[in-house]
Amino acid sequence: MSAKTAVTFEDNVWGVVAEYKSPGALLEAVKAVRQAGFSAIDTYTPFPIHGMDRAMGLRPTILPYLVLGGGLTGVGCAILLQWWMNGFDYPFIIGGKPIISYQAYVPVGFELMVLLSALTTVFGLFALCRLPQPYHPLFTHDRFPRFSDDGFFLAIEATDPSFSEARAREALAAAGGTEITVVRDISET
Amino acid sequence: MSAERSAVAAVLEPEPLLQNNPSFAAITNVVCRPVELEVKKTPIGWILSFLVAISLLGLYGATLTYLVTTGVGVWGNNSPVYWAWDITNFVWWIGIGHAGTLISAILFLFRQKWRTAINRFAEAMTVFAVLCALQFPIFHTGRPWLAAYWLFPLPNQMSMWPNFRSPLMWDVFAVSTYGLVSVLFWYVGLIPDLATLRDRATTRTRAILYGIFAMGWRGSNRHWQHYERAYLILAGISTPLVLSVHSVVSFDFATSVLPGWHATIFPPYFVAGAVFSGFGLVMTLMVLAREFYGLKDLVTMRVLENMNKIMLVTGTMVGYAYGMEFFIAWYGGNPYERFTFINRAMGPYAWAYWTMISCNVISPQLFWFRFIRRSVPLMFIISIFVNIGMWFERFVIIATSLHRDFTPAAWGYFRPTWIDVSMYLGTFGLFFTLFLLFLRFVPMIAISEIKGVTPGASPHAHDADHGKEAH
Repeated sequence: MSAKTAVTFEDNVWGVVAEYKSPGALLEAVKAVRQAGFSAIDTYTPFPIHGMDRAMGLRPTILPYLVLGGGLTGVGCAILLQWWMNGFDYPFIIGGKPIISYQAYVPVGFELMVLLSALTTVFGLFALCRLPQPYHPLFTHDRFPRFSDDGFFLAIEATDPSFSEARAREALAAAGGTEITVVRDISET
Repeated sequence: MSAERSAVAAVLEPEPLLQNNPSFAAITNVVCRPVELEVKKTPIGWILSFLVAISLLGLYGATLTYLVTTGVGVWGNNSPVYWAWDITNFVWWIGIGHAGTLISAILFLFRQKWRTAINRFAEAMTVFAVLCALQFPIFHTGRPWLAAYWLFPLPNQMSMWPNFRSPLMWDVFAVSTYGLVSVLFWYVGLIPDLATLRDRATTRTRAILYGIFAMGWRGSNRHWQHYERAYLILAGISTPLVLSVHSVVSFDFATSVLPGWHATIFPPYFVAGAVFSGFGLVMTLMVLAREFYGLKDLVTMRVLENMNKIMLVTGTMVGYAYGMEFFIAWYGGNPYERFTFINRAMGPYAWAYWTMISCNVISPQLFWFRFIRRSVPLMFIISIFVNIGMWFERFVIIATSLHRDFTPAAWGYFRPTWIDVSMYLGTFGLFFTLFLLFLRFVPMIAISEIKGVTPGASPHAHDADHGKEAH
């Protein structure tokens, strides 16, 4: 059993990781590694680095469109809710105002628009990032926890069509990377 | 950057954001240290403060038990002052919350990078202040568990729905939305820092607990891309939200026909007052925390001075609103309105009115002087005055407008009971208990954000002048 598991780990290469000394060095490394033909790459940094999205060639996030949908749902529901409750299901006159006083719908309409936009933003963010994610192969890498302090990591993933351990190591080293390590996926699936 | 432009920039930005140009690791260490202390090494100051806070929280629990089992008649509210300390305290606490959102959202949109030193702190304050504010509307209903269908449109056996034409109803939606959005904004900002604490954890318990809340954050740029956009969107929607919340709170008064309340100036006046009072409390607490936790390199004098400038501006706006109210009372020609304002300044509550004027209008004007803006003891004292003055502002608006009704036979004078007092003190217990727990277990400065404004964070750091923030 143990021998078999060990073989599986050996096969299950997730990717190769290297460290760079500064945000600038990492940015240059990303450009170099992409030049070398890798596309399944990602960086791991303590804070977002200006210009990295473009260097990695990422497409813009779709989050704003999700939020637009959330906000429109919020304001639509709020207006329907108020109209149905005060104007249709339980109409009553207060202060001589019309049964359907649509002007008064504005504050609640606005608040529910904001509320649903905010919920969509946060849960949309989690969904797009696939969070929460308690396990990730990188968490098995001993040096990886430094990403949240002052470590700047670049990984080439095994899913890349032109991936081979040797080629990835070579590209990362050529771009100035140190502590180059192969990371394996130890999950059973 | 050309030599000319950098010379101009040097004049406009005479001081760096962070002192002594700390490294990334130094920032992580200084912010994490108070959170990572062993239990045995908890500072004695923290323990004593916590004992005081939790005693007040106990007092609050006892007060609420008495209040709920007896009824809200134990408050001093009575004809003609039916709204008194409960709504005063509600408006005061909710106003305090506004500084957090202003700092995290509005200053973010205006790219005020100094905000990174204080935004986490102020956001935590917002969340706890909104929680304290909510206590008053919830408990003034007397039987909150039966009152849920008044506050929210919940289906009930009487087939009744709340009246959405009432500003009190708008208030329920505004304040609960504000509370929820503040929590979300705070939590999203915390995720990278919780990951830092997870990665530095020395015990398994800490690693698991912080790990759960960090949700497996790994600083991936594919995540940062969504994250930064999410943060921008949250800032964008929180900005009109924060303006709307205190506007809606002011509608509770402004849409009535009571002289002293029925004024169109109320929404902007209340928003300015809210920001003013919020910065007051942020300043009071930040000055203490900065000394106590040794954060002077991160929360620099430049940050404090900027906060004092905002207090000067908003304090002046509040002073303008007080003056304009009087002008309209005279210019509007309504005798009841005029009487209310003369009574406010010279009647039985004149002591409260002049306390308010001294604290809110006169004391922030001292911030015109640079040495006062940069003196820690003086800004601390003025910030306390602001807290007091803004409480009196709400009390003056509420009590003086109500206590002399249209017919002199209905006149009265509001006196608080000890339940009013202990309930107000009790919310301080709630606030400071939560706040001290925050200081002990959560990084009080946004680590990843403040790293992002250091000179070394720019990918072009070698091009930029030393001592300038990243751009």
